Amino acid sequence: MVRYLIPLGVFIVLAAFLYRGLSLDPKEVPSPLIGKPAPAFQLSELEDVSVTIGNKDLLGKVSLLNVWATWCVSCRAEHEVLMRLAESGEVDIYGLNYKDGRPEALRWLKMFGNPYVANAFDADGRVGIDWGVYGTPETFLIDQNGIVRYKHVGPISEEALSSVLLPKIRELKSQRG
Amino acid sequence: MKLRTLLALWLLLAPVSYCLAATDVFNFDSPEQEQRYMQLAEELRCLVCQNQSLAGSNAELAGDLRREVYEMVQAGKSNEEIVSFLVARYGDFVLYRPPVRTNTALLWFGPFIAVIIAALLLFRFIRRRKTTADPEFTDADRAKVAEALTQVEQQQRDKAQ
Repeated sequence: MVRYLIPLGVFIVLAAFLYRGLSLDPKEVPSPLIGKPAPAFQLSELEDVSVTIGNKDLLGKVSLLNVWATWCVSCRAEHEVLMRLAESGEVDIYGLNYKDGRPEALRWLKMFGNPYVANAFDADGRVGIDWGVYGTPETFLIDQNGIVRYKHVGPISEEALSSVLLPKIRELKSQRG
Repeated sequence: MKLRTLLALWLLLAPVSYCLAATDVFNFDSPEQEQRYMQLAEELRCLVCQNQSLAGSNAELAGDLRREVYEMVQAGKSNEEIVSFLVARYGDFVLYRPPVRTNTALLWFGPFIAVIIAALLLFRFIRRRKTTADPEFTDADRAKVAEALTQVEQQQRDKAQ
């Protein structure tokens, strides 16, 4: 009897591992920044070269940092969701315009609306590297103390917003309350 | 016919050469630095096309990261410093050789454990087969065989006569 149970057991273990593997998304690389202070940066604003914006501007409130670019196709899909989120006034959205051109980015915001409180302009992508950006769009959730709490890779869907991101934002906002 | 095979081969290999086409023009102060850069670019993994190294990838991010690695090599940073710079930003994912930790223990030691288990099973299997294939003869068995043999000899002798 035991003779037949051993292969069955091996099969079940293998099947469990393989089944788990099916539901993992290899494109989602866990960020080592979670739970750590947001990487320091100091960049000029997209709208105005003379104004600098940095990680210190994110302190004192829960905020999102959204990495986007005009050459990024899925950023376009995400944009409407960001617009609605900005209108709701739930959270301040900061933008990191990644490896883009100023005229293109400004035209994009004029055309599709501007959900951002402010945009940092990262022309050569070095700040992106500091934040571990590997594919736009990416969105970081940062708490009042400037600690990175969550990272969303890929466009934010309505569903991801309401089931994951918003609950996390509300939880963080209530913590200080 | 021969030409067609050649053409097919060439078409099969075409994407390979395309993947290896990542080229940068970097100038190094010493061949030792160039060597280190090459080695690091081979050992670090690109995050965009995930089964390619930084050296082999055409992705824009890979190019940016090669530039970072180049600049750090030029600045005299050690290999450990360069690797930890990237791990702090992108996680262990960038390493083709993951560090030994509790969550990677199965990855590192799993194959050895599997080989040990297989060896034990094989050993047991061989031992069991030996005991069944080599039953012990009793004296009664020997007497029986001897008797049968003499009988056969007797019969042959009878036939010969």
